[in-house]
Amino acid sequence: MGFRFNLFLFLIAMLSTPVLSDLILAKVDRRIDLTSQIVRITSVLKVENAGTDVVSEVLFALPEYQSKNLVFMQAFPNGGKGKTKASTTSLPFQVVNPEGMPPALTFYSVSLPKGLSKGESFTFDVFVVFTHSLRPFPEEITQADSQIVLFQDSAYYLSPYEVKVQSLTVTLPSARVESYTKLHNTKHVDSEIKYGPYEKLPPFSYSPIVIHFENNRPFAVAQQLVREIEISHWGNIQVTEHYNLVHGGAQNKGGFSRLDYQVRAHVRGSSSFRHLTAKLPPRARSVYYRDEIGNISTSHLWGDSRKTELEIEPRYPMFGGWRTSFTIGYGLPLKDFLFESGKKRFLNITFGCPIDDVVVNNLIVKVVLPEGSKDISVATPFVVKQSQEVKYSHLDIAGRPVVVLEKTNVVPEHNVHFQVYYKFNTLSLLREPLMLISGFFLLFITCIVYMHADITISKSSPSYLAKLQWDEVQAAIQQFRSSINRCLVVHDKLEASLRDLSRTGDVQSCKAARKAADGSLKELAKELKPLLAFLQSSPQATQLWPKVEELVAKEREMQEKLMLKHSTVVDSYEKKSGVRDIENRIASLQQKLVALRQDVDELLEFLDEI
Amino acid sequence: MEVPENGTSASLRYAFGNVLSFFILILIGVLAFSIRLFSVIKYESVIHEFDPYFNYRVTQYLTKKGIYEFWNWFDDRTWYPLGRVIGGTVYPGLTLTAGSIWWLVNSLNIPLSVETVCVFTAPIFSAIASWATYLLTKEVKGTGAGLTAAAILAMVPSYISRSVAGSYDNEAVAIFALIFTFYLYVKTLNTGSLFYATLNALAYFYMVCSWGGYTFIINLIPMHVLLCIVTGRYSPRLYIAYAPLVILGTLLASLVPVVGFNAVMTSEHFASFLVFIIIHVVAFVYYVKGLLSPKMFKVAVALVVSVGMVVCCAVVAVLVALVASSPTKGWSGRSLSLLDPTYASKYIPIIASVSEHQPPTWPSYFMDINVLAFLVPAGIIACFLPLSDASCFVVLYIVTSVYFSGVMVRLMLVLAPAACIMSGIALSQAFDVLTRSVKFQLPGVSGNLQSGAGDTTSSTTVTPSDVVKTEKQPPTDNSEDTIKERTSKKKKKKEKEHVEKVSLKSQIQKRLLVLPLDTSIIGILLLVLLGAFYVVHCVWAAAEAYSAPSIVLTSHSHDGLHVFDDFREAYAWLSHNTEVDDKVASWWDYGYQTTAMANRTVIVDNNTWNNTHIATVGTAMSSPEKAAWEIFNSLDVKYVLVVFGGLVGYPSDDINKFLWMVRIGGGVFPHIKEPDYLRDGQYRIDSQATSTMLNCLMYKLAYYRFVETDGKGFDRVRRTEIGKKHFKLTHFEEVFTTHHWMVRIYKLKPPKNRIRGKAKKSKSVSKGSTATSLKRSGGRKRNPWH
Repeated sequence: MGFRFNLFLFLIAMLSTPVLSDLILAKVDRRIDLTSQIVRITSVLKVENAGTDVVSEVLFALPEYQSKNLVFMQAFPNGGKGKTKASTTSLPFQVVNPEGMPPALTFYSVSLPKGLSKGESFTFDVFVVFTHSLRPFPEEITQADSQIVLFQDSAYYLSPYEVKVQSLTVTLPSARVESYTKLHNTKHVDSEIKYGPYEKLPPFSYSPIVIHFENNRPFAVAQQLVREIEISHWGNIQVTEHYNLVHGGAQNKGGFSRLDYQVRAHVRGSSSFRHLTAKLPPRARSVYYRDEIGNISTSHLWGDSRKTELEIEPRYPMFGGWRTSFTIGYGLPLKDFLFESGKKRFLNITFGCPIDDVVVNNLIVKVVLPEGSKDISVATPFVVKQSQEVKYSHLDIAGRPVVVLEKTNVVPEHNVHFQVYYKFNTLSLLREPLMLISGFFLLFITCIVYMHADITISKSSPSYLAKLQWDEVQAAIQQFRSSINRCLVVHDKLEASLRDLSRTGDVQSCKAARKAADGSLKELAKELKPLLAFLQSSPQATQLWPKVEELVAKEREMQEKLMLKHSTVVDSYEKKSGVRDIENRIASLQQKLVALRQDVDELLEFLDEI
Repeated sequence: MEVPENGTSASLRYAFGNVLSFFILILIGVLAFSIRLFSVIKYESVIHEFDPYFNYRVTQYLTKKGIYEFWNWFDDRTWYPLGRVIGGTVYPGLTLTAGSIWWLVNSLNIPLSVETVCVFTAPIFSAIASWATYLLTKEVKGTGAGLTAAAILAMVPSYISRSVAGSYDNEAVAIFALIFTFYLYVKTLNTGSLFYATLNALAYFYMVCSWGGYTFIINLIPMHVLLCIVTGRYSPRLYIAYAPLVILGTLLASLVPVVGFNAVMTSEHFASFLVFIIIHVVAFVYYVKGLLSPKMFKVAVALVVSVGMVVCCAVVAVLVALVASSPTKGWSGRSLSLLDPTYASKYIPIIASVSEHQPPTWPSYFMDINVLAFLVPAGIIACFLPLSDASCFVVLYIVTSVYFSGVMVRLMLVLAPAACIMSGIALSQAFDVLTRSVKFQLPGVSGNLQSGAGDTTSSTTVTPSDVVKTEKQPPTDNSEDTIKERTSKKKKKKEKEHVEKVSLKSQIQKRLLVLPLDTSIIGILLLVLLGAFYVVHCVWAAAEAYSAPSIVLTSHSHDGLHVFDDFREAYAWLSHNTEVDDKVASWWDYGYQTTAMANRTVIVDNNTWNNTHIATVGTAMSSPEKAAWEIFNSLDVKYVLVVFGGLVGYPSDDINKFLWMVRIGGGVFPHIKEPDYLRDGQYRIDSQATSTMLNCLMYKLAYYRFVETDGKGFDRVRRTEIGKKHFKLTHFEEVFTTHHWMVRIYKLKPPKNRIRGKAKKSKSVSKGSTATSLKRSGGRKRNPWH
């Protein structure tokens, strides 16, 4: 490392002569925030134009070892003392390569809102974020050790301009510092180290400082995070996030003792982290947290109207170098994130990872639009790699267009909204239900057709003919049964007329009933004739014929007995004989009738079973 | 009793009945499916236990690589360094079924994961199995019995225990295949259709693909055929049902790689061939009988029998010689333990060590088939009432399966469908009798029934009541009981005469089985109660007893539900934080899970095909640390995984299984002797334990630093303080222990650098190392920030 610093100094010394413009930095205040694994530097710059030309751009330099870790940069005008970030819009900047500058430095040119004429000054903030800038040292620690990391920077503000007054404040996560580079005007108070103020330093002044301090904050690094945002116009946005997480700090060595971890967790495991908190949007529902071998039961969910917090705990405590992977999924109400502008709809949702303080090395955001979306365009606040693919999901035919956005080194500062615009016809929503309905409809139609169609291959085969005949016989038996049943109904009517007679003594009506019954029975007998002839002749019915014959005979007998009974009763009524007398006279008949009735019933049931 | 007005109404009634039974069947399917979802609702949608993980892994491979890769799959991640030919040693039915379901669903663009398909395969197939039961029972005893049997099977606990959602095991589809094969056999037997005979062979093929239990079919069906022949029930239908099955079935079975030539070589299949010969002889005899006159036939019989006896003796002698020449007498160990229940525990400890291979206890019958155990005898009687080919098949099925279930707990599963069919028949017959007697005697009911169909309500309601009156009159007139009896007897006689006239068997039963009204109503109520009790028990069994996935454990404490997810914690740790090619040694129980969940190479797994290999691991576990290290190092093992339940009281841990390791290890390596681990024949780990026990690797890995948890080292499973409390590991290093200490993973320390020839120096070096370690620990203590 020392070698690299020397190289820097050499380069700077050699090339520091040309002065770019007449700007000078009247005041520089830098704050370096080292409280997490992410390094955040806020510099308040006051620029003054000492020259004569109007200047509208200010250069901002970073050494190579920082610029390669730079993940986020923002410059915004500082409106007075109070920091009013929200009201100001950020200043545009771009990478430039001015001539005659040391190649080891990367320059960013910040455009000022208006040009500075002579003597004017302008104050603005530059906010930069670096990842992977804290190097654990030692690189391997045991479970009991805490994690100590190195950070390096310059005590002086590295700038192509002359700096009049500057100071630097470094905020650390704890008061425990192994060592730090001591220059003049250095103070270490609690968890803050202050350098400066230093005055009147020439351009490209550089004085390396190294801070070696304890940092036990979770060094959670997601090597890859795939966020899949699937829009369903039925009212849901399904977000699925696949994490590949690693503890990016000092490697664990010498095993892991659960006993030590459980008994003295704060001491014996201070470098590990146990849980992470994901801040999900409000009204997130059906949240799940699992990995490829099933649900992970250690998670908690809170929610109120402004946010939903999901505290997840990996299956095991994460020590240095340990890896894990898991999936978080949740549904969001569509109306909170999908809007319409003109003919287009647009999705407005956050880009980054919802978990606090996680550095994502490679973030892939996939927005799955509904099938049939057209004219897709994406608006992101920063540069991302875009591509498109197609995903086949529930009953798709053409597939759903997927917008794939890729970005490396994502920090919580990237957690801002982006927009995906597309056109979608609401009628397309009905396609899949209609498909299902028609599918089932076709299925039922085929069933009906199959049930009714005759798909016998050979129409002349004996078994087929036999089947046809059998069907005819069955139909005949069916008819036969119904006529017999009607006969029985007539019998019942006769019986009923007898009962009426015993109640009312109306002989005439009883006789009339008898006449009607006689008539209908005759008709039925006529109806039966052809049926019986058919059954007798049919070869398929030979087995049944005796039964049928028996049934007919029984029915005849029953008719006769019934008629006899009827006439006896009517006669006795006409003779006005006593009730008991009548009963005595018909008792034997009655018994026979009952027996016959049962026989007929049994025979009918037998035929019924065929 | 119904009097339909005309033909159309009758056909409507049939249609209505069909639709009704169709809907009942759908509901039964839904019931069978949903009663098995308790595990998903109470726990999660996850694969259960041990074997299902292997099947799941195979299915994953199949869906990823395709069928040809699957057949040729040589798995190098298990049985290191031997490996295992998966394609040739696995019953592929389940895997192929789930794989094709997955393929079908995904080709419809329904994104289901392989895991989801695997989890729900068993419930889907139990629904199908209950439909198959309906078909089988319908063939035997009609629709009513079929529906009852299907409903009973849908929720029989024994079957639920193997087919809850997530229990992705062969049995899940095999029971369906078993019942369906039986159905097709009975169907062929009833119809004599060659079409069904072919289907039957295909169903048998599916069964062979699915489960090793197919030998049950190929022995039961010949037994039935033989029974039919012996009892003179031979018919051409029987021939059609049996001969194609043997030929086609054997040909198809030998297509399955895991069976192959076993289909003709092992003695489990010999019975079918023997009966095949017999049925041909019988068929020939029947044919000749038709040709010859009775006298000639007798002569021919005498001739043939004398010659045939000689031939038979010769054939039997050859067979016996063939069978006797093979080492296990042609029978595989598991089958032998079926015939002789004591066989396994005598000769094959690895079979005996599996709890599901033990004979069941009486409570387990009550647990698994519940009230069916009481209904089965009634069902058997009902089967005998008109004894048909089909019903005698079912009787044979229940009798044999009762025997087999008595040998092995696991085969309770084969008993369950038989018991369901029997109970279905019994219940449906009982309901039939009781409701009919109610119908005969309840004037209101029968009247209503008639009035529903007849057009003149007043007359129809009157006539039956008249009938009843006249029937009841004689007994009421006579006051003395004896006369009553006589008259009733007379009546019965009369009725019998009637019946003879009618000469209908069913009618005889009907007349005889008319019971008094109150008795039948009470009977119905009791049967409903019995059924209700059964349902309650089944739901309880499904919800409480059989829904636990066994990789996640829960316990209810005063502050709510506590989840023990230690197994997956350990597997996840292994899969993410060790090298891909590291070998993990554990007892074979955890082999499948380790390969499936942690994706690491294991030494032995649940397949148990190589006894020596398992014995090696058993020996290592029961050896002292150094010897064990050498064994493991020679096997290239990097991590050793042990399961320890002493902290939370998880009883099926490695310490409790340890005696089996000793036994199996000692079976191959005689220097491991079981008595060395027992004190006076008792297995103990407290201070009375033998020094061999206290110094073996298993003890050390399980109890390493355990004493520091509570200061005494109280083991909650064995309910005692451990014998040796403070010890150090010299050749192993703890690398991971799960939250509840249920899984502990150790790493083999690399061998120490040896200083050649100087023993003294090496001693001093070792001293030095201990000194440095002391220093280190001292340094830890001095650390001001801790």
